[in-house]
Amino acid sequence: MSFGFFNYWVFIILLMIGLYTVMSRNNFVKKMIGLSLFQISVFLFYISMGKISGGTAPIVISGSLDTAEPIYSNPLPHVLILTAIVVGIATTALGLSLVVRIKESFGTIEEDDILEMEDGA
Amino acid sequence: MISLSSQFPILVALAPLMAAPFCALFRGNTLPWAMTTIISAFSFYVSLSLLFSVVASGPISYELGGWAPPWGIEYVVDPLSGFMLVLISGISTGVLLFARDSITKEVPAHQLGLFFAAYLLSLTGMLGICITGDAFNIFVFLEIMSLSSYALIAMGERTDRRALTAAFQYLIIGTVGATFYLTGVGLIYMMTGTLNIADIASRFPEIEGTRPILAGVGFIIVGICIKLALFPMHVWLPNSYTYAPNIITAFFAGTATKVSVYLLIRFIFTVFGPNYSFAGLGLTDVLMPLAILGFLSMSAVAIFQTNLKRLLAYSSVAQLGYMVLGIALASEAGLTASVVHIFNHAVVKTGLFLSVGCMFYVVGSTYLKDLQGVGRRMPLTTFGFALGGLGLIGVPLTPGFISKWYLVVAVLEKGSYFGYALVAALMVSSLLAVIYIWRVVEVAYFRPPPEGTETQEAPLSLLIPTWIFILGSFYFGIETSFNVGFAKTIASFLMGGA
Repeated sequence: MSFGFFNYWVFIILLMIGLYTVMSRNNFVKKMIGLSLFQISVFLFYISMGKISGGTAPIVISGSLDTAEPIYSNPLPHVLILTAIVVGIATTALGLSLVVRIKESFGTIEEDDILEMEDGA
Repeated sequence: MISLSSQFPILVALAPLMAAPFCALFRGNTLPWAMTTIISAFSFYVSLSLLFSVVASGPISYELGGWAPPWGIEYVVDPLSGFMLVLISGISTGVLLFARDSITKEVPAHQLGLFFAAYLLSLTGMLGICITGDAFNIFVFLEIMSLSSYALIAMGERTDRRALTAAFQYLIIGTVGATFYLTGVGLIYMMTGTLNIADIASRFPEIEGTRPILAGVGFIIVGICIKLALFPMHVWLPNSYTYAPNIITAFFAGTATKVSVYLLIRFIFTVFGPNYSFAGLGLTDVLMPLAILGFLSMSAVAIFQTNLKRLLAYSSVAQLGYMVLGIALASEAGLTASVVHIFNHAVVKTGLFLSVGCMFYVVGSTYLKDLQGVGRRMPLTTFGFALGGLGLIGVPLTPGFISKWYLVVAVLEKGSYFGYALVAALMVSSLLAVIYIWRVVEVAYFRPPPEGTETQEAPLSLLIPTWIFILGSFYFGIETSFNVGFAKTIASFLMGGA
């Protein structure tokens, strides 16, 4: 495949590594790491999408407009992803605090052990 | 001077959002609850007046901050979103009337402020999803709703510590679903250059054959189906509903998954268009088998549950199968049936979960073995549950009958043996519902209550809201002009090239 899609390949590979980690790991903290990776790969996707080759930062400097109009990158996806980053932080924080409560309550954060305890309960 | 009513589209979601931080500061049993109820009732009032003005004068478009769409975020109230707003805020208000006495048994008093703040945020998310006309804004509201619901479910830990693992499991699965949705929106934005739903829809036919769109549509549909708990992506739902506090279960059963069904309808019919979704993509072949497998297998699984809340949760997954089946039929009649069932099931299931909440209030458990003879101990509550159960089965005069009737009519439109086979599947699933409801009725009425227990009915503050929902469901089962009338308007609006 052409090198031009490098970012998108990385995005998909990271996405799949994240998803695989979430599904295959037994430890809740490792699951959270996988989940973060999964979300962050989408940030990369949005950021790559906004880049236009040869484009510069989308800031209009007064006086430079009478010369040739520069090519700007698309700022919208970057702004969108700021929101998604905040959502990602909130998810990670909430997930980890749940892990802490689970550890306090069950004494372990291994899924298998917890399932065993739940079945016995 | 701008009149207040012109700001209604933003106020419906803004009021609970702004109230949440104040609510978190309040202490005590009454104040947070009172504020939440007032705000929810206000949203209900605003939703009703929005719906009436949509009926009178057509869809409303509201430009957030005065930025014209597609650059700014647009809020749109059309028949479908107005209908959903009324349903969600109405259910929320009804459940809150029940909440005051019920929740103090399950959540410590010093956490009630935070609890109701999360409740308000969750309400904000649901209302926001329905009203916004911007695909990325939907993601933001989806996450507001989800994050607060993870916290609310975990609040059930005082009764059963498994609430924590249920919330964690839902967090993992829900985040995967939302991230899929986000990826899909990104791919569609790449191809259309816009996030406004109406704008995407108008540009969609030009680019619908391209590979990124195909991937984007796939991401969005799968993401929504995870949130919707479509079989086999439902594993998070029974655990969450079982261990969440009772009012949260009642609230979510009536609203959270319905919001996802709304999203599915919105994307399939408004954004992608029925032509592309069904003729081009063949979504029927994907959704219909899952829906049928879902309602057959989940109804069967419900029979074997020992916990009443879990039994009703599996029944919810089965009922979601009916709604998705209606969508998958790709016809106006099917869509009508689906929308009618969203409404009817929301009312019936909320009533059922509230009566379970009454039983929990008195008995302190929702396991069937602890509920033996509850029919004699709590006659009014159990009678309400039995009536609600009839609605779930679909006995005539109940709303369940109305929605199944429309579903069968829509299925028979397909004609041929396939239609008959589908009707047979629906009948089998209804019979399974008879069995699982009967199991509860048998335990409640025909087993003797344990020694030393006496008749003790739940307090009126719990009984009255429960019976409002139960009687309301009968009202909507007999006088169907509101739910069926609106469903028909919505279906013709969505199918009529809108």
